[in-house]
Amino acid sequence: MFIREHPLLTILLIALLIAAASLDFYDRDVIATLLTLVVASIILYVRISGSKGSFVVAADPNPSPSPNFAALLIGAISDPMLIVTNRKVTRANVSARALLGEHILDQDVRVALRHPSIVPMLADKAEDGIVEAVGIGGRDQHWEVRFSTISPGTRVIQMVDRTARYAAERARTDFVANASHELRTPLAAVLGFIETLEDDTAGGDAKTRARFLKVMAAEAQRMQRLIDDLISLSRIESERYQPPQTPLDLLSLITQSARELRSPQGDPANIILDFGENVPLVAGDRTQLQQLVHNLLGNAIKYGRANTPVRVLVEMDSPKSIKMQVIDQGEGIAPDHLPRLTERFYRVDSARSRAGGGTGLGLAIVKHIVERHRGKLDISSVMGTGTTVSVTFPI
Amino acid sequence: MTLGGQHTLTAFDEDMNHLRGLISEMGGRAEAAIDGAMKALMSHDLAAADRIVADDKVIDHLEMEVEKLAVQIIGLRAPMADDLREVVAALKIASVVERIGDYAKNIAKRIVQLEPGYKYESLTVLQSMAEIASEMVHDVLNAFAARDAEAAVAVNERDKAVDDFYTAIFRMLVTFMMENPKSIGSGAHLLFIAKNLERVGDHATNVAEMVYFAATGEFMPERERGETVKV
Repeated sequence: MFIREHPLLTILLIALLIAAASLDFYDRDVIATLLTLVVASIILYVRISGSKGSFVVAADPNPSPSPNFAALLIGAISDPMLIVTNRKVTRANVSARALLGEHILDQDVRVALRHPSIVPMLADKAEDGIVEAVGIGGRDQHWEVRFSTISPGTRVIQMVDRTARYAAERARTDFVANASHELRTPLAAVLGFIETLEDDTAGGDAKTRARFLKVMAAEAQRMQRLIDDLISLSRIESERYQPPQTPLDLLSLITQSARELRSPQGDPANIILDFGENVPLVAGDRTQLQQLVHNLLGNAIKYGRANTPVRVLVEMDSPKSIKMQVIDQGEGIAPDHLPRLTERFYRVDSARSRAGGGTGLGLAIVKHIVERHRGKLDISSVMGTGTTVSVTFPI
Repeated sequence: MTLGGQHTLTAFDEDMNHLRGLISEMGGRAEAAIDGAMKALMSHDLAAADRIVADDKVIDHLEMEVEKLAVQIIGLRAPMADDLREVVAALKIASVVERIGDYAKNIAKRIVQLEPGYKYESLTVLQSMAEIASEMVHDVLNAFAARDAEAAVAVNERDKAVDDFYTAIFRMLVTFMMENPKSIGSGAHLLFIAKNLERVGDHATNVAEMVYFAATGEFMPERERGETVKV
């Protein structure tokens, strides 16, 4: 059919027809536009018919199969991609060259990809498909490598980085394992004591009974704290995408928490509040911010050295943000632990944390609350001097 | 090189490309064999160990192919200067990589001899040692692929760490065996595994030296040796 075979010629003819028909009716502007269209169509038509075939080839001076076009195409993709012709790398995009080296062009494809799961896929008669390969680039990098034939002897290899997915999967199984372990430990203690109390001699003695019941109560409370923490974590996570709206006074929240946490002896000096002037309200969720302040102050008191104060600083960080800092004078945290502190159940010193009644979820909760408030959490620590936790809230 | 010169040149390049591809494939298999053998050792996975032993035949076969092709290139195309250097280096690298594959196979073979349920603290140290050794193999193969002399020198510098690991593991295992005579059987096997890994590191440096030679035409400067074990 004429229109399908010569679409541009059709446009050209229609434009000419309109131009001819409209000479009497329209002003010069319309005619000038139409004439431009006609000239443009002629130029395009000549260029396209000169290079026979599709529009794609028109953009490329080389005749088919248009390797430059393929190079442009894979260049626009962020995953590493190679084009292999007769087992030789003919094209590689920027990410592939960054991953595998600049030398891979025009080399045997095995020089670029020597992983044993990939090599069989490179054979001449191999079918298209997907294989997995670990250790290309970094040691723990997981790749999904896809092979597709685009013309006889020419194949496209696409590499998709699956490292993050494997890490996430591992984090999930670790979480389940950790949570069950954390729940089972106090439960085992409770069950053990129940069994002992069932025994008439131990259970009959009022003093022993009272002591055992106290331990059981403490363990049960620990389980309760853990379950509370897990519930609040999942609640915060589920609300992640709804930024909180209520304007709140952060300073009064901190003052209230500090009052609750001050040492039972009533020593008023162990939490020093240092608030800047004219600190505005922040948009927040009251319960969550309370929890955040409580967790941070609690940590600072727990891990600060005895008889040293914990300082809480709140000030304007910039015209658009408020910064809150909780500074303790403790032993500090070694630098290699810092990146992992907000992981669930991650503990620097597990015996000490458990003895202090920690669930291992405190900082994970803090991190999630900060994220929901679109804030920033920063932990810096100097060994022997102390740790500073800063939270920045936007206003 | 006027008459049919283009043709000869292309055919030679094709052959060289194929040769380098074969060596890379061997290297990739040897690398995977070490990692696989260590993984099987840590989890006492006998089936995986058997697979590694079986897969070593492929590496041996590839070495044969490299030899055939290299001799064919020298015979038919009479390469000169850096081309000749590259073919000779390829020939030598192939036999070294084949050795690395053998060491992996040897590690895999020893797994079945260890008492099931073994748990020695030296195992984690062994794992760290294997990581360095297999990274050396990985990096030296990258250096070969890129003809990168500097990367080859960097591989050589890491061999001292592997040697030091070997010394440490040796002491650790000897002490352990003295204290627990029951563990002498397994301990001896672990000692051999450590020795194998140490040899893998040495062979990686051998490959590095050949990569350096092929790329620059000079021998790599001598390096500092790790402490030798004294008993």
